[in-house]
Amino acid sequence: MRLPSWRSFRMWQRNRDVFLRLWRSIAPGFIFEPIIMLLALGLGFGYFMGVIDELEYMEFIVPGVIATYAMTSATFECTYGAFFRMEYRRTYDSILATPLNIEDVVAGEIFWGATRSLVTATIILVVAVLFQLLPSPWVLLVPVVAVLEGVMFASIGMAFVSLAPSIYSFNYYFTLFIAPITFFSGAFFPLDSFPEAVQVVSSIVPLTPAVELIRALVQGEFHPGLLLSLVYIIFLAGLFFFISMVAMRRRVID
Amino acid sequence: MAVIKVQKLTKNFKDLVAVDRVSLEIDEGECFGLLGPNGAGKTTLVHMITAVSLPDDGDIWVLGKDLRKYPRQIKAMFGVVPQIDNLDPELTVLQNLTTFARYFDIAKDEAKRRSMAALNLFRLEGKSNSRIKELSGGMKRRLLLARGLINNPRVIILDEPTIGLDPQSKYLVWQKLKQLKGQGVTQLLCTQNMDEAAVLCDRVAIMHQGRVLALDSPRGLISRHVGDEVVEIEVRDGEREKIVAELERRELDFEDATATIQVFHCDCDRLKEELGGFSWNIWSRLATLEDIFFRLTGRGLVE
Repeated sequence: MRLPSWRSFRMWQRNRDVFLRLWRSIAPGFIFEPIIMLLALGLGFGYFMGVIDELEYMEFIVPGVIATYAMTSATFECTYGAFFRMEYRRTYDSILATPLNIEDVVAGEIFWGATRSLVTATIILVVAVLFQLLPSPWVLLVPVVAVLEGVMFASIGMAFVSLAPSIYSFNYYFTLFIAPITFFSGAFFPLDSFPEAVQVVSSIVPLTPAVELIRALVQGEFHPGLLLSLVYIIFLAGLFFFISMVAMRRRVID
Repeated sequence: MAVIKVQKLTKNFKDLVAVDRVSLEIDEGECFGLLGPNGAGKTTLVHMITAVSLPDDGDIWVLGKDLRKYPRQIKAMFGVVPQIDNLDPELTVLQNLTTFARYFDIAKDEAKRRSMAALNLFRLEGKSNSRIKELSGGMKRRLLLARGLINNPRVIILDEPTIGLDPQSKYLVWQKLKQLKGQGVTQLLCTQNMDEAAVLCDRVAIMHQGRVLALDSPRGLISRHVGDEVVEIEVRDGEREKIVAELERRELDFEDATATIQVFHCDCDRLKEELGGFSWNIWSRLATLEDIFFRLTGRGLVE
């Protein structure tokens, strides 16, 4: 396997420039939607849900909303976005004619996806602070978790891109992977409310450890199991990062 | 030393041999043409030389360096102008150039300076802040060319650079390529346009079904394969057999091109005079690369 170099930063810069040019048209997805989600669920469901773990429902879901939208930001960038650049825009072909190799391109995409997670998580954090929803100073570490989570979901997305026969394949990715893990992750419901079999599924889906870590930081309450969550995220991020390197080389450099 | 040296290069796609044991040497400062019909393997060959596609067998050396071992250093010396438009539509015209310059580690101010100069050179100076979709086909081609030159490449690799261009744009591109050659930039040019190859190339390789069928200067190819002039005889109803019989009797090198019969390697004036008695419609013209192309690759559709 070949490793990416610092040149992946060039791909990251390219994506950043596009983002800075077009952010107004991307904004609804990563600014307004999470805020609407937070308010709609928090105020709407919150009325019926009462108190969970001594928290108002709105307070309970802040970490869930952060983790979920950090996931979707990286995922959109490294599924539809990456596939579009690869297959339709032929951007990869043009970049591969320069000193960048395919590993640099793919790593740049993944790091950019993680950056999108960071931006989204930070925006939701700021909104939550404005709503006085965040008591613990540990929230300052939430962006770090968002970046790790972003690398993980961006890498899983890129690994899927390497296999996707067409852009329509991502319908399956979102419907059969992203949507269910959102609900099984404990982002919006406490995990112990699920039947035991579902709890087993919950414990392996990759969003769960991110939700747990972010929730712990937001509430400032820690337990040893969190270490396992952190290791699990890093393990999956690393595993899929390397899978996507190998698989994308196979896909693009035939 | 050869700038690009390709040895027994082979590439298969499923059951198709796209490039079949091709060996070539491209010298410093020359314009080398790859001429061939669709599917001849030109683009696949270029993809392998630019490290976008991996050969199944064979070697590629650029200035003595193995492409497999030093892809980054080698790609840094190349300027690639692709056949398809892969400009970045999410960036402006100017950003397309500056972003590309950044891939080559050209510092920001220098990138801006070179980009503006390139836009001027290709008459795109008024479009620097336009979006790619606002450009005409000719402007996009010119921008692709400008982008390919942003790193002051030692070797420029062009895949059908003037396809679909109006005569003015084509002329501009040809002028620019000639200037670059004057500056010593080596060029590898894939084309189906015979005029382009004749005007620009020092040497031409004719490719067909993954192989190089002939390799020489345009003039050398013409005199070897068809002769300087070609005699053509119009085939009117019922005359084909008579014409063929007469040409066979004279043991001439001819080919039936359906509407006309073409005679090669002959003393044209004498032949026209001698065949004058037949009341056939007969004329002569200068031979072109197109004649060789047809002779070597046939007239049937290859795809």
